[in-house]
Amino acid sequence: MEQALKKVDTSKLITTIIMGICGIIFLLPFIWMVSASFKLEEDVLTFPIEWIPSTWNAIENYSNVWLGDKPFSLLYWNSIKVSVLTTITSVSVSCIAAYAFSKINFKGRDFLFLLMLATYMIPPQAIVVPQYLLYSWAGLIDSHLGLILLNSFSAFGTFMLRQFFMGINDEVIESAKMDGAGHFRTFFSIALPLVRPAIATYAILRFIWTWNDYQNPLIFLRSESLYTIQIGIQQFADAHGSIYSLMMAATVSAIVPLLIVFIIGQKQVIEGISMGSVKG
Amino acid sequence: MDNPTTIATGIKSKKKITKNRMRFHKWRESLTGYVFIAPMIIGSSILILYPIIASFVLSLTDWNFVSGIEGANFVGLENFITLFKDSIFLKGLTHNVILLLVLPIGLFLSLFLAVVINKKVYFKDTFKIIYFLPYISSTVAIALVFQVLFHPTEGPINQILMTMGIENPPQWIADVHWALPSVMIIIIWTQIGFQLLLYMAALQNIPKELYEAAEIDGASSWYQFRKITVPLVTPTTFLLLVQGIVHTFKVFDLIKVLTNGGPSNSTTVPVHYLYQQAFEELKTGYASAISVILFIILIIVTIFQWVGQKKWVNY
Repeated sequence: MEQALKKVDTSKLITTIIMGICGIIFLLPFIWMVSASFKLEEDVLTFPIEWIPSTWNAIENYSNVWLGDKPFSLLYWNSIKVSVLTTITSVSVSCIAAYAFSKINFKGRDFLFLLMLATYMIPPQAIVVPQYLLYSWAGLIDSHLGLILLNSFSAFGTFMLRQFFMGINDEVIESAKMDGAGHFRTFFSIALPLVRPAIATYAILRFIWTWNDYQNPLIFLRSESLYTIQIGIQQFADAHGSIYSLMMAATVSAIVPLLIVFIIGQKQVIEGISMGSVKG
Repeated sequence: MDNPTTIATGIKSKKKITKNRMRFHKWRESLTGYVFIAPMIIGSSILILYPIIASFVLSLTDWNFVSGIEGANFVGLENFITLFKDSIFLKGLTHNVILLLVLPIGLFLSLFLAVVINKKVYFKDTFKIIYFLPYISSTVAIALVFQVLFHPTEGPINQILMTMGIENPPQWIADVHWALPSVMIIIIWTQIGFQLLLYMAALQNIPKELYEAAEIDGASSWYQFRKITVPLVTPTTFLLLVQGIVHTFKVFDLIKVLTNGGPSNSTTVPVHYLYQQAFEELKTGYASAISVILFIILIIVTIFQWVGQKKWVNY
């Protein structure tokens, strides 16, 4: 028995080490990116690769990115603003809709749900032209408000949250009704707290997706002062095309906030996605 | 006077009152429902449903955006006819179909990794995070990094290959034959994390007894994988397959930043062509026709999912 146990442990250990190496290889692009951002330009492409720079140029590189000709701090702020506001709006809109689609019985519920689901099936690029026209007419081009609205009505959030609301026992709702609570009260005091992990998961995902959104800011924004970070790094790359160390400093800067948000919320996201898929 | 008629009428009127009360409650319930879903429905109707319909209408015109709406002429299916003779569009469609290859490769890798991480390693959670990182990173940033990594002469990847003795490593995104595979590699790299997570969740649901029984019968790990694991995760495989197909048709950011459709249209896809036609060539009507085709393709895929789910998935 002892021997068998010991054997399992060793093979597990070996597999862990192998997987660890694979994991590092898998992350090499990231590691290279960070390392390059710390280097002098001429050291970036030296071979064999210097993973730890012999000459640290980090301060110069990052100051160039942040304090240079492109207003990076402004772009950062724009991204944060748009992402946070979109997340708040989308979560709110989706939560109440999801609750209704799962716990309230109203006429046409299933039809409306399917209709809403259909909007999720469309690739955004397919409707971007009429959206642009609509926005032109409504004066929403080149505005953060317009940008926020675009991503705030995603059926994905409603769909996902509905799955979780459906998991709430109907009896809980019934007993609340017995006690005289209307749907509003039931929603706020009972249903909402019960799906908190799902809300957290969706909020994080929505934040990440909005932060990474490149196409919408590209198409719907015009003024440089309104640009988000994704446009910023692409333009930065265009301007400093061949200065790789600077480009890498820019991209690292763009990814870091996401990493922070993700690492803080990672348990939620991973559990949320896994749970959601099993239920589905 | 409690004769039978009055009692009957009494009961009837009581029933009517209750019925009316129920009807009122139902109405109130419906109203509440509508209020709750209003923001979502109104928002998505204006921002998504309406544009879908508008796209269909626009695809039947030759509007070029700069001339006012009066300059738009109804041209029926002319856009579509031109589209089907448009070599760039057709090339794009072919490329998209080729891109679909990332799915079998990616799914196999993810499932394999999922099986390994699930049972055979320590630090499960750390590995989950590691493999998920590329998925959450911004496509623009990834495209920029890989632009450098894939550099034909100075990029680290080719440097390594050359040291290993390969004299003429692929030119990656500079080469018409290697550009699309480069895109595919990046797509697989980013999607593995997401697919991995879903597979791991599915694996949790496979009853251990099945594996134990197979073990007792002397089945090898590979055999167990083929006969137990793969069949039992078909729901997830199917879900990922369909989502994957939709995703590959939507890949825009990566291509726009990495290759912008080149070199010489070797990485163009319908979605990218759409952007070009709509916002660079300003041929709105024509671009809308592309939208309609994409929409139709994806609806077909979705229907396929609905139908196929019943036939091929083991629950």
